[in-house]
Amino acid sequence: MTNPSLQEQIHTDTENRSNNHSTDDSLDQVITNYIPHSRANGIKTSLTFAWRALLKIKYVPEQLMDATIFPIMFLLMFTYLFGGAIAGSTSDYLQFLLPGILVQTIVTITMYTGIELNNDIRKGIFDRFRSLPIWRPSVLVGALLVDTVRYSLAASIMIGLGLVLGFRPDGGFLGVLIAMALLLIFAFSLSWIWTTLGMIMRTEKALMGVSMMVMFPLTFVSNVFVDPETLPPWLQTVVEVNPISLVVTGIRGSMHGFVTLEDISWVLLWSAIIIVIFAPLTMYLYQKKK
Amino acid sequence: MNRTNTKNDVDRDDLAIEASGLVKKFGEKRAVDGIDLKVRRGTVYGFLGPNGAGKTTTIRMLATLLKIDSGSAKILGHDLVQETEAVRSRISLTGQFASVDEDLTGLENLIFIARLLGCSRRQAKERANDLLNAFGLEEAAKTQVKKYSGGMKRRIDIAASIVITPDILFLDEPTTGLDPRSRNQVWDIVRALVKHGTTVLLTTQYLDEADQLADRIAVIDKGKIIAEGTSGQLKASIGSGRLHVRLLNPDLRPQAQQILADELNTSIQLLSDPTALSALVSNADRVAYALGELARSNITVTDFSLGQPSLDEVFLTLTERQTDSEGKTQEVQS
Ligand SMILES: Nc1ncnc2c1ncn2[C@@H]1O[C@H](COP(=O)(O)OP(=O)(O)O)[C@@H](O)[C@H]1O
Ligand SMILES: [Mg+2]
Repeated sequence: MTNPSLQEQIHTDTENRSNNHSTDDSLDQVITNYIPHSRANGIKTSLTFAWRALLKIKYVPEQLMDATIFPIMFLLMFTYLFGGAIAGSTSDYLQFLLPGILVQTIVTITMYTGIELNNDIRKGIFDRFRSLPIWRPSVLVGALLVDTVRYSLAASIMIGLGLVLGFRPDGGFLGVLIAMALLLIFAFSLSWIWTTLGMIMRTEKALMGVSMMVMFPLTFVSNVFVDPETLPPWLQTVVEVNPISLVVTGIRGSMHGFVTLEDISWVLLWSAIIIVIFAPLTMYLYQKKK
Repeated sequence: MNRTNTKNDVDRDDLAIEASGLVKKFGEKRAVDGIDLKVRRGTVYGFLGPNGAGKTTTIRMLATLLKIDSGSAKILGHDLVQETEAVRSRISLTGQFASVDEDLTGLENLIFIARLLGCSRRQAKERANDLLNAFGLEEAAKTQVKKYSGGMKRRIDIAASIVITPDILFLDEPTTGLDPRSRNQVWDIVRALVKHGTTVLLTTQYLDEADQLADRIAVIDKGKIIAEGTSGQLKASIGSGRLHVRLLNPDLRPQAQQILADELNTSIQLLSDPTALSALVSNADRVAYALGELARSNITVTDFSLGQPSLDEVFLTLTERQTDSEGKTQEVQS
C-alpha cells in the first residue's frame, strides 16, 4: 500500500472498491465514531505546539547547531585568537568575553523563531492552525516556549565550557542565575521582532538576510568583544546607545557581581519596549494574514 | 455543538452554507466578484473552474481565513464574520497544498491535531491510529510525511481534517495531481463522510470529478459563478458531448458535413485531419440516426466516438453564452 506499483495504480474504480471492503468499513466507523472532547485551553494548546517544536528538533537536529556547536567554536576562537592581543592574557579576556559572546549567540539564535514561523506560513499548515477553534496566540507561545529551552541549552553549554576553560564569575551562582534570567527575558522580547518579520517576509532567505544585516553590526559595534574605552569617541557614543551593549553590561555585571539596579532596569526597559511594540504587531499581522 | 438536526427544522436551517454577494479584492483585482451560494446540509457541492478562477479564495473566505470585502455568509446558521469561533468549531479545511507538518510522521501529525482539539493523550493516540487504519496508512504511521507519495499525503491531510468529524469539510482540489487509484480513495472518503451527514464543499478542475461526487456544481470563472445546477442540468445545457467522426474518403467530407448538420441540427466543425469532423451534440439519441444516414448515403465511417464534453468545452459554451446574456448567471433548467 505504501508504494503502489504502476500496475496497481491503474486499477479501475470498481476493482479498487471491491478490494477494499475492510477499509471501507473502518472508514465508516472512524467517521461515525464521535470523540468526546472538550475545547482545549490556551495552556494546553500552547504546550501542544511546544511539543511539536520539540519533535521537529528530533527530526532536524541540525537546528541545534547554532545553539551548540557555533557558540563553542566562537568562544574558543575568540578566546585564543584575540585574548592575548586584546586583554593581554586569554584568561583575563575570557572573564570579559564570555558574558558578551553569550549575549551575541542567544541574540543570533532568536531569529529561528521567525524562520520557523515563516516556514509554516508558506506551507499550508498555517491555514489549518488558523481554521482551528483554538486560542490563536498559542502557535506563537508554544514556539517561544521551546525557544526558551533552546536558549537555556545554548547558555548552559557556553557557561559550562567557560568554567572548564577558566571562567570564574565573581557574582557566583546567584549572579549567573540573574544573568541567565535577564538574557532569557531579552531573548524572549527579541523573538517578537522575528515573528513580526516572519509574517511579513516572503522567503526564509530574505528573512535571514535582514536579520544578518541588523544583527551583525548590532552585535559587533557593541561592548561584546572590546571595552568601549579603547574606541574613538564617536564610536563610543554609538556603542553606548546600542541596546545590545546595555544588555551585555547587565549580564556581565550580574555574572561578575558589579551589576547596578540601573543596568538591570535598562535590560528590562528595552525588553518591555520591544514586546509592547512587536507582540501586538505580530498578533495583528497574524489575524490579518492574507 | 449538537450535530443532529431536530426534525422540525425550517427550510432555512437546511442550508449548511448560505452566502450572498461575496467579494474579495486583491488590489485592483476582483478575485471573487459577487458569489452567491446555497449548499444544503449533507450534500457535496462542487466548485468547478480553471486555475485562477477564484475557487481557493472563496473557500478561504468561507473557512474564516480571509476577510470578506463585501457580502455576507452564514455557516450552519452562524454569521461568518460575527461568530467566527462558532464557525471554526464546525468546519474543517484541507487546503490546496499540504496542510500537515511534513517533518513529522503521520501518527504525530494526527496526535498533534487531536491534542489541539482537546483530546486527552490516550484518546488522541487511539483516534490517530484508527484514522491511519481507515485511510490505509497504518504502515506509514511512523514515516515522516515528506516521504509519503502524493496520494498518501492527500489522505493524511484529509485525515487531519476529520480528527473530529466536522459538520462541513472544505476540500480544495483534493485530487489534483493524483493517480487514478489515489483519486478513487479520496472519492471513497468523501462519500463516506457524506453518508455520515457531513457537508462537503470541494473545488476541482475536473468535470469528471464534479460529476462523480457533487450533488450540485457551480461553474466558476473570473470570480463569478457562470452556471449552477446538478451535473445533469449542466450537461443538458451544454449538450451531452462531442461527436467525432472519421471518414474513409476525405472527398466525401463536405457531403457528410451537410448530412450531420441536418440530422443533429447543429454546426459541424471540420478538423485539420482531412477525414475528420466533429460536433457538439445536445441529444445523444440523434447520433445513431445521423450515423445511419451517413451509411445510407454510402459514406464509410472508419471511426466515431461520442465523448463527454470536456471542461474546455463546458467553459467555451458557458462563457460564450455568458457574454450573450451580459454577464448574468445562467440558471440551467433540465
Ligand atoms: N494573496 C493574493 N494576492 C494577490 N492575488 C491573489 C492572491 N490570492 C489569489 N490571487 C489572485 O486571485 C485570483 C483567484 O485565485 P484563486 O482563488 O487561487 O484561484 P483558483 O483557486 O480558482 O485557482 C487569481 O488571479 C490569483 O492570482
Ligand atoms: Mg486554487
